[in-house]
Amino acid sequence: MYTQALNQRSDGEERSLEDADDLARFQARIDAEERIEANDWMPAAYRRTLIRQISQHAHSEIVGMLPEGNWITRAPSLRRKAALLAKVQDECGHGLYLYAAAETLGTSREELVDQLLAGRAKYSSIFNYPTLTWADMGTIGWLVDGAAIMNQIPLCRCSFGPYARAMVRVCKEESFHQRQGYEIMLTLARGNEAQKAMAQDALDRWWWPCLMMFGPPDTVSQHSDASMKWKIKRFSNDELRQKFIDATVPQAQYLGLTLPDPELRFEDGHWQHGPIDWDEFTRVIAGNGACNRDRMTARRRAHAEGEWVREAASAFAAKRAQRAAA
Amino acid sequence: MPTPNTPIWEVFIRSRNGLSHRHAGSLHAADATLALQAARDLYTRRGEGLSLWVVPSSAIIASDPQDKGMMFEPTASKIYRHPTFYEVPEEVGHM
Repeated sequence: MYTQALNQRSDGEERSLEDADDLARFQARIDAEERIEANDWMPAAYRRTLIRQISQHAHSEIVGMLPEGNWITRAPSLRRKAALLAKVQDECGHGLYLYAAAETLGTSREELVDQLLAGRAKYSSIFNYPTLTWADMGTIGWLVDGAAIMNQIPLCRCSFGPYARAMVRVCKEESFHQRQGYEIMLTLARGNEAQKAMAQDALDRWWWPCLMMFGPPDTVSQHSDASMKWKIKRFSNDELRQKFIDATVPQAQYLGLTLPDPELRFEDGHWQHGPIDWDEFTRVIAGNGACNRDRMTARRRAHAEGEWVREAASAFAAKRAQRAAA
Repeated sequence: MPTPNTPIWEVFIRSRNGLSHRHAGSLHAADATLALQAARDLYTRRGEGLSLWVVPSSAIIASDPQDKGMMFEPTASKIYRHPTFYEVPEEVGHM
């Protein structure tokens, strides 16, 4: 999902340094559905997995502001513009809740942001696709946020308390995003031929990348086992992808739009999909999607252009503190 | 050059008149004024509150989870602190 690119490192060495009793007690707490809090003892690999996962999730929210930010000034009405602006502001908020959750694990937000800007951290592949028309705003809200909700609802029960609590807030807000997206699609689908074609074109471009958001198939996903054991993750990539497809197909049918998968069929109680182009996924994750360079350039520029503000604010705070002390 | 750290603040929100302030989350800000503004933008976008507190995170003194037993366990054995410990005849009615 927003954390598709967790690189697994061998943690055998650490494990041998950790006390077996501590590990057993920790796993017993997890198995008993207890929440782990920031100051509780935890295995180093659990901490590291979470820092990576939560920070990748946070980066995704922040970079995710860019594709939609692209359309704020060109929204077709004031109502749509206000809604899109609120949505993009929410994404920023989500990023900040998540950075705060990651910080409880002993890393600073600044450090995490620097990792992203240095190209040492990943974010979701989905945000490396361009937003070419207004219909993309509808598709992103409906499908990208829809996929995110699928993934984030089980994360509300994640074993790490601060992450789970951040997800509760995020999920509440995400529901507005999906509905506003679907409403845009509905309006276009009920519009004239050109508008309907625009909606279909957006769906054609976004459908497969959205399915890739859930990450590689279970047969090749490396990091699921430990995450499942630690109850960071509750469903496998394929399970979540299937839930998403099953929920989305009837919604597309209602719109009168066609999902761009000739092999899509209802079988064994589920909508079965055709093969996903995992080479494309690998290319995008590796930095060679349509917009990877643009996105990073935009983030770096925003960070550099905000530097004087951070400096001025901290200089002002220091001056005030000094005067108060004198 | 690494980005310099900005202080962290804990945010508390009174959601309704008559309720106490509850912890909502944390944020980064250079000073108290900016922290209040950021708290408003970050935690009250949908009418979540009537009043905000921001407290420097560094000012919070927390108990150590390792001391959980020593700190809280002794109360578990003091069941006479609860009203249900005492028997009142049914005829007396609700008390």
